[in-house]
Amino acid sequence: MVSRVLTANHLASGDVVYLAADGWTPLLRDALIASDAAAEACLLGRAARDEEADIVVDPYLVEVEHSAGRIEAVHYRERFRARGPSVRPDLGKQALAGALA
Amino acid sequence: MSATVLEAPVGASVTPATYCYDAFDKQFVAERTAQFRDQVERRLAGLLTEEQFKPLRLMNGVYLQLHAYMLRVAIPYGTLSAVQLRRLADIAERFDKGYGHFTTRQNLQFNWPRLVEIPDILEQLAEVEMHAIQTSGNCIRNVTTDQWAGVAADEIMDPRPWCELLRQWSSLHPEFSFLPRKFKIAVTGSPVDRAAVATHDIGLRMKRDGEGRPGFEVLAGGGLGRTPILARTVRAFLPADELLAYVGAILRVYNRFGRRDNKFKARIKILVHEQGIEAFRAAVEAEYAAGEHAAEAALTRAELARIQAHFQPIGYEDDLPERDPGFDRAVFEDEVFAGWVRGNLVRHKVPGYAIVNISLKPVGGIPGDATAAQMRTVADLAERHGLGEIRVTHEQNLVLPHVRLRDVHAVWEALGEAGLATPNLGLISDIIACPGMDYCALATARSIPVAQAVARRFADLDRQRQIGDLKIKISGCINACGHHHVGHIGILGLEKKGVESYQITLGGDAGADAAIGKILGPGFAYDEITDAVETIVDTYLQGRNGPGETFLAFHARVGAAPFKEALYAAR
Ligand code: SF4
Repeated sequence: MVSRVLTANHLASGDVVYLAADGWTPLLRDALIASDAAAEACLLGRAARDEEADIVVDPYLVEVEHSAGRIEAVHYRERFRARGPSVRPDLGKQALAGALA
Repeated sequence: MSATVLEAPVGASVTPATYCYDAFDKQFVAERTAQFRDQVERRLAGLLTEEQFKPLRLMNGVYLQLHAYMLRVAIPYGTLSAVQLRRLADIAERFDKGYGHFTTRQNLQFNWPRLVEIPDILEQLAEVEMHAIQTSGNCIRNVTTDQWAGVAADEIMDPRPWCELLRQWSSLHPEFSFLPRKFKIAVTGSPVDRAAVATHDIGLRMKRDGEGRPGFEVLAGGGLGRTPILARTVRAFLPADELLAYVGAILRVYNRFGRRDNKFKARIKILVHEQGIEAFRAAVEAEYAAGEHAAEAALTRAELARIQAHFQPIGYEDDLPERDPGFDRAVFEDEVFAGWVRGNLVRHKVPGYAIVNISLKPVGGIPGDATAAQMRTVADLAERHGLGEIRVTHEQNLVLPHVRLRDVHAVWEALGEAGLATPNLGLISDIIACPGMDYCALATARSIPVAQAVARRFADLDRQRQIGDLKIKISGCINACGHHHVGHIGILGLEKKGVESYQITLGGDAGADAAIGKILGPGFAYDEITDAVETIVDTYLQGRNGPGETFLAFHARVGAAPFKEALYAAR
C-alpha cells in the first residue's frame, strides 16, 4: 500500500509545509502518514479547513516511502521540495539542523 | 597602492543615460505599490480568496515556486543604474537570502521572498524607479534588446528609446492587458542580432531605407516553448514613426483571432503558423489601413524626442585617443589579463572606451546568480569607472557599457577579487540555464547542475578557447526559458519513467541567421549527459577543417550523422 503525506505552502511566507499531528511543520520527517483512504480523507479534510482559514495554499497529497523511522518522497520533484535546491545545500530545509534525519 | 583603489567616492553623482521617471511615472508606481500592499493585507485577512488573489499577485511579478514565493523584478531592456543595482543587493540581503538570479529576459528574480514582505520590497524598488509590473500575465512583457545598445560600434541606431517608448505605451495598455497569452517584444539596433529577435512574438530590426530614413523590419510569430517557431517578416521596412500604430495593428489582429480555447495554442506564433504568413500579413495590413495614423505618428515623434533626451550620451571624456598606453602595456605584460580582454572586452563606439562584459558563469557556479556583495562591487565599479550604468544580458551576464580603456585593468582586478573575472564569454562554459527543478514549480528536471557539470568538465580555458564559439543552452522543461531550441547544443530536461532524462538538440542559433536545433536521438540520464556533451564536442574537434570552422559551420557541413554515430553506436 502506498503511503501519503499532505503538503502545501504556508500562505504568508510561502514555505513548503507538511501536515503534522499538531499543525503544519516545515519538515517531512514530522509529517502525519496516511496509509489508507480513510486516513487520506482525514488529512485532506484538515487541509481544506486550513486553506479556508487562509493558513496554507495549494494542499495536495504526496507519495512517500518510509521505513525504520526514515521517510522519503517517491518522486524526485517532491524530494527536492522536501530538502531545498540541490545546488544550494546551504538553503532550504536541508540547511536546518537535523532536518534530514 | 593597489590598482583597485578607486578614483571617485561611492555615491558620486553620476547620472547614467537612462530613462528617469517623471512625476506621473512616480505616482503611478507608488499607487500600484500601495494597491498591492492593500491586496496582500486583504488576502492575509481572508477578504480575498487565493483564486481572487493569484491574478493580482501575478500582475505584480509574484509567483509561488517550488520552495517559496518568487518575485520577478523588471529591468527594462536590461538597463540598470548603479543606484538600482545597489538597491537590488540591499533587498537580496534584507528580504531574501543574499543573492539574485538574472534571467534570460534581462530581469532579476528573488527566490525566497515572504509574501508579507513583498509590499515592502516593492516600495524599496519604487524608490529607485523600479517595479515588477508586467513581468507576468497575458500582457506585453518586459521589452528586451541588445545588451550593447547605444555603445556597440556595429550599431545602426540606438534601440533603447524605442524600447522605452514601447514600454510606456504598453504599460497597462487597456486593450492589451488581457491578451490570449503573454507577449514578448525584442528590438535590435545592430545587424548582428544579440537580442534573439526571431524568437519573440514581435521582433524589430532597426534599418535605414535608401534615403537614410530610420525604420524597422517587423517580424512576428516567433517563440520557443512547446512549439518552437521562428518569427516571419510581416513588413520589410516600416517607417520608424509608424511603429506604435503598426505594432498596435498586429496586437489587435492577435487579440481578435488568437486562440483562447487552448493555452498551448494561444501564442501568436500559432496564429501566424495556422493562418500562414501571407494571410496574417494581409490581416495586419488591412487592420493598419483601416486606421488614420497621422496624429499617432506625430505623437510618436514627439514622445520619442522627449524620451531620447534621456538617452543622450553623457559624461564621455572628449578626444581620448583610440589606444591607451597603460592598457596596451598591461595586455602585453599580463597574460591572464590579456586572455580576459580577448574574451570579455568589446569595442566601444567612442574612442578610448571599451564595453566590459562580466561573466556570471564562474566554473561550477550557478548561471546568472550574483550575490549581494557581487552586485555591490559591480555597482561601485559602474559608478567609479562606468558612468553609473550596468546592463543585463539575455545570456545571463552583466555589462559595464562605458569604461575608459585606462581604467579597464583596475576594473578587471576588482572584478577578480569579487569572483567576477571569468574570461569565458561566448565559450562553452558560458551556458544559459533556466532555474529548472532546483527552483521552478513547472520543471520536469534540473538544469543548473547540468550546466555546472558541463562547465567543470570543460574548465580548462585552453581547451575552451580551442573549441571556440559554442553556445550551450539548457531548459528544465518544455517551456524553454533556457532557450535550448536555439543553443548550438540544446539540452532539454524531461522526466522519463520517473527519472530525469535529457534530450539533446544540435544546430540551433539565436543570432541573425536564427535556426531551431534538431533533436539528435534518445535522451540521456542525468549522470550521462556531461559525457554526451563531451562526445559531441570531441566529434566536432576531430572532424573540423581547422579552428576556422566553428561548431555550427561543422554541423551545417556534416549534419547529425557523425554525432549520432559517436553517441549511439556503442549503446
Ligand atoms: S523552462 Fe521550465 S523549468 Fe525552466 S524556468 Fe521555464 S518553466 Fe521553469
